[in-house]
Amino acid sequence: MSSWRSRSRQSNSSRISEEQINDLVSKLQMILPETRIRNNDRVSSARVLQETCNYIKSLHREVDDLSERLAELLETTDMTSSQAAIIRSLLM
Amino acid sequence: MQALHFLQALARIARAAPKPAHSARTRQIRHAAYASMAHSSRSSRRTWSRALLHRLRQRQRPGRLLTVRRRVRIVTPITSRPEEPARAETLRQLVPGGRGMEYCNLLEETADYVQCLRAQVQLMQTLLDAFSS
Repeated sequence: MSSWRSRSRQSNSSRISEEQINDLVSKLQMILPETRIRNNDRVSSARVLQETCNYIKSLHREVDDLSERLAELLETTDMTSSQAAIIRSLLM
Repeated sequence: MQALHFLQALARIARAAPKPAHSARTRQIRHAAYASMAHSSRSSRRTWSRALLHRLRQRQRPGRLLTVRRRVRIVTPITSRPEEPARAETLRQLVPGGRGMEYCNLLEETADYVQCLRAQVQLMQTLLDAFSS
């Protein structure tokens, strides 16, 4: 990890400062759910990226799973008036 | 706006006749989920949202599934990015449009993408809970 840091410091053409990158990485850390290192201050940026990748993958899996379950739901029920009322209330 | 778009798509899928097979419905719902994310007003100016829409539209044209399109991209080849941590490459594959981005843009886009993705998951869970009770 330290090797790529020293290399970027030597690069004069880089307009993006290391500080900017660190800020963005901490912002990413804050977005991760609490169970995944959000509150830990001493986490490396490599770890943040790793956890972010894992989190995105799990969210993709959740979309797949929820799509499947919603499809089942649509199959077994016809839109009743109570469900239409639920939709209306969600949209308010 | 993300919710409205998704609900409208869901209603369209529900009304479709003749009723599609379960796997087709699942695919349509999944497609609607990602389309709603990309269309939400907050994200429409984001690179990931444009890349996602492009990807979704390509999938909708069955005739083009077999053609291999080679795009000439004027970006730094992936192998010559030694200043990035190794994990950035995986992130580039997970975030739509990630491959062509500068590293700091990738970080910003990832944050936005994650928040949008999470909102979509929460929306779908809320709907499931509401209709299952």
